[in-house]
Amino acid sequence: MDSIADMGGMHGWGPAQVPTDEPPFAEPWEGRSFAITVLTMGRISGQNLDAFRHALGRLHPVDYLVDGYYGRWLNAAELMLTDSRILAPGAVDARARRKQGQDVTEPAFPEPARPDYKPTAAGSLREVDAEPRFGAGDVVRTLDLQPEGPTKLPRYVRRRSGTVTAIRPPHVLPDTHAVFAGENPQYVYTVGFPSTELWGPDAEPFTLHVDLFESYLENA
Amino acid sequence: MSEAAPADRLSPALRTEALEELLVERELIDPAVMDKFIKTYEQDVGPLNGAKVVARAWTDPEYRAWLLRDGTAAIKDMGFGGPQGEHMVVVEQSDEVHHVVVCTLCSCYPWPVLGLPPSWYKDPAYRAGIVRTPRRVLREMGLEVSEGKDIQVWDSSSEVRYLVLPQRPAGTEDLDAEALAGLVTRDAMVGVAEVAAP
Repeated sequence: MDSIADMGGMHGWGPAQVPTDEPPFAEPWEGRSFAITVLTMGRISGQNLDAFRHALGRLHPVDYLVDGYYGRWLNAAELMLTDSRILAPGAVDARARRKQGQDVTEPAFPEPARPDYKPTAAGSLREVDAEPRFGAGDVVRTLDLQPEGPTKLPRYVRRRSGTVTAIRPPHVLPDTHAVFAGENPQYVYTVGFPSTELWGPDAEPFTLHVDLFESYLENA
Repeated sequence: MSEAAPADRLSPALRTEALEELLVERELIDPAVMDKFIKTYEQDVGPLNGAKVVARAWTDPEYRAWLLRDGTAAIKDMGFGGPQGEHMVVVEQSDEVHHVVVCTLCSCYPWPVLGLPPSWYKDPAYRAGIVRTPRRVLREMGLEVSEGKDIQVWDSSSEVRYLVLPQRPAGTEDLDAEALAGLVTRDAMVGVAEVAAP
């Protein structure tokens, strides 16, 4: 999906931050949000990291951005918890308002409806019987994929030609895995694109490498 | 969550507290386990792990070759692995090439060797800009890449995680691996800085 999370190449964000020394969590709630998300994910979805990333991408752009990285984690965790009916929609806001003294009624806990899902192995790497369809040095082109659902084909490399620079081990396919529709493991290819292929003849000269799933590619 | 940002928006700290309470009531989370988990990421997992890998590569040519050939195995040999480090690829800076790593789709980052990602890495300005005008973005961050160097940008869009092996600074011939590790910074291992001589 062309979501707010798919940021590669967008203009308008201003200059990059100058790195500074900083603790892992700027404020205590960030650590709590991080821990809640990672520790509850198994209870919700069998550690489906792709489903979590897709939840991030499904957020309203305001909810994605307004409280930064751990704010979006908090919102995506809430979205997954309401999707699987562990929490009722509005439950978090209602509790928060009660905590600040407002007289609001909290919704009842619903009957959970967790996804029927079990990974076939830990992590994201899998073995497949097939040989890789492409080899290092092959010139490939990315397909014109425009799903409303999840994909790991960033829009800035859609319909572009590049060269396979490495073959990576097969991974579960996030496009189906993120929506609990199967692991469908595929080879992943690192594809190198000249910057002019992405950003036109006046682009800064450089090479962009991006890791793409086999079903995103065709021979050019 | 809201459809927009109203004036009476709830703070994320308050909403986090509310969510934690609800999950504790549902017996889905244990605050003591959370405390321990947070402490691990605050104290034990961090860029020092990556710095040890780099320092060993600088002082042991065989290890360096292994690291570049099979990053996952060579890093595991130092005791580092796990979530967000399933398949590690190491790219090496040189006088000719400058590598820099990003995740445009989220903020994927090699946790076992670098810890949790810093603010600038998660910032839209970096995620959007480094794949379009890397030389300009690096300059904004304080790194001037010499005109002759070839820039290679790595967008971590799968589960492959990248670690940059920085160049060893001149004048460090007498330092051992432990002293060298003290020089290596997180930013150099992502490719937005160089390692400075002591």
